[in-house]
Amino acid sequence: MRTLEQTTQEVISLAAQHFQLAAGTLAPEDDFFKKLGIDSLQTLEMLSHIENHFGIELPDYEVQGVSDFKTLAERIQSRL
Amino acid sequence: MLDLSKYQSIGEALKDSLEEFANEVCLIEADREREKERLTYRDFKERAQPLAKALQESGFSPGDRASIIMTNQSKWLITAYSIFFSGGVLVPLDYKLTPEEHWQLLKHSGASVLITEHPIWRQLCAAAGRAAAANVRTVLVTEAPANADLAGAKRWEEFRGEGEQVFKPRQRKDTACIVYSSGTGGRPKGCMMTHENYLEQCVALTSIYPFWPGVRYLSILPTNHAIDFMVGFFGPFTCGATVVHLRTLRPEYVREAFPKYKITYVSLVPLVLKNLQKGLQARFDALPAGKRRIFNALLGINKALTKGRPRPGISRRLLKQVHEAFGGELRTIIVGGAFTEPQTLQFFYDLGIPVANGYGLTEAGTAITVNDLKPFRADTVGKPLPGMEVRIVNPAPDGVGEVSVRSKTVMAGYLNDPELTGEAIVGGWLMTGDLGRFDEAGHLQLSGRKKNMIVTEEGKNIYPEDIEAAFESLPVKEFCVFAANYIWPKRSMVGEKLLLVLHLEQGQQFSDQLRADINARNNRLLNYKRFHGVILLDEDFPRTASLKIKRNVLAERLAILDNSTAILPL
Repeated sequence: MRTLEQTTQEVISLAAQHFQLAAGTLAPEDDFFKKLGIDSLQTLEMLSHIENHFGIELPDYEVQGVSDFKTLAERIQSRL
Repeated sequence: MLDLSKYQSIGEALKDSLEEFANEVCLIEADREREKERLTYRDFKERAQPLAKALQESGFSPGDRASIIMTNQSKWLITAYSIFFSGGVLVPLDYKLTPEEHWQLLKHSGASVLITEHPIWRQLCAAAGRAAAANVRTVLVTEAPANADLAGAKRWEEFRGEGEQVFKPRQRKDTACIVYSSGTGGRPKGCMMTHENYLEQCVALTSIYPFWPGVRYLSILPTNHAIDFMVGFFGPFTCGATVVHLRTLRPEYVREAFPKYKITYVSLVPLVLKNLQKGLQARFDALPAGKRRIFNALLGINKALTKGRPRPGISRRLLKQVHEAFGGELRTIIVGGAFTEPQTLQFFYDLGIPVANGYGLTEAGTAITVNDLKPFRADTVGKPLPGMEVRIVNPAPDGVGEVSVRSKTVMAGYLNDPELTGEAIVGGWLMTGDLGRFDEAGHLQLSGRKKNMIVTEEGKNIYPEDIEAAFESLPVKEFCVFAANYIWPKRSMVGEKLLLVLHLEQGQQFSDQLRADINARNNRLLNYKRFHGVILLDEDFPRTASLKIKRNVLAERLAILDNSTAILPL
């Protein structure tokens, strides 16, 4: 079982990979809309990528209002 | 289609639709690749009537208000019908608001009943505000797990009454819905929409974009939004058409839905339309040179043949693969909620997929103008719909002035706010706050805003006043949020931004600490509500006798500044 820290790091790595950035430039508390310069649609695309990696389904309502990697990782962690 | 001129209310018309089209499919609900529900109009009625009965038995009476906070799904529409059947007033709220904003609007609306989904209810219970919204006495929660703590709510699925239900009639001038066009942070703007508003708008819209049994509308925009309420519920239902709901809006599932359900119409916000354009363009660009040449030649032929009017049959044959990706039966994409750039509209039209570009606002009952495609024009928002009187107030020499509207679709006013109503509706004309002109063909061209607000590409109306609450107790002398276009007007509806204007205390510096504080508060706002820069002004803000900021005067002072240097990025 992953720890929350591990999940957070994996989420950051996946986001960095998806948007072709260095993972080291992203931090758990970062606002991904601002940091990645993405809109809500691009966020949904990133979520699909993350879902495939973890093998889970994140309903849209679970990620409603989430804008930082750490909170996103918490929502994922609760479904692992 | 039902003859809506015969009806007094939404509920009465919907009641007859359920009889008239009993065997037609009215709703399909899918979650990712799984179809969860397929209901005929008869099934819909059987689901709705026990709910209506239970509502009535619980003391819900004609004129009482009930709020829905749900994602797009069958239970949204079933619940709404039950409310209308019982003579109630529907308060549809955007599920994307924060729980605090929900409680604020629930309180303002005076709703006695709330119907919501379990995950939303969980978040509402965790937030402050429930005690203040004591008017909400009954809460119904859908899809709650068996062992869930409902915190005083009842299960929607078990809230059932038995026996004969009594339809509660309403009159055309009675309020049907209270729709919030904005105002979550400051002054709520609850538009009181009458039954007549919806009946008239439905007749006008379906005269140009008709529905009939067999038409399938993909409902993506939230149903609380005026557009989806009309073209994703009331319009198709009064014509016996089918509404398709998706429980997730991931782009890959939305794309799959088009061919899977042979979608006829869909409504999108400009952001999604542009994203579709980007995806398609990338695919065209990736074609090998030979195929690319053939594609361009076919595109050229299609453009020539559809210059005067859409010819869907020809376009579908010429550009078969493109149309098959959309299911092969897509007639029109309806775009709304915000301004759409002409090149995006042209892109889709050239492919043989007309985009119904229009202009409207909640206060006017959805659409005011719409492009009738006779011929297609990418540079305008079309002509006024039947029944709409539109005039330009105080036009400048180039014909540009404030757009105003008079029609049976214009709201009765803002709930509990006669002052704001008086400013918005002057002598029977709704002042839109948008600037525009009519061209010689009678098409409306929009060219900016007169009012201090922005509309995002996601179709969100943002009023600066609504954001200021997040900056209360900011350690500065005073502050104010503005739309950049309001300070430095430009003849454009795109790239709108919000700015924070600060007046620091004497001797105070714009320190890193202050910048960090502002950034932290800004980041707590929903992404589309964030501002993009700060302006420092070293003088007192002009204020009224009651100490309210005179925004128009302050904007004039700021306008003297050079906007290329005055805005400090965060």
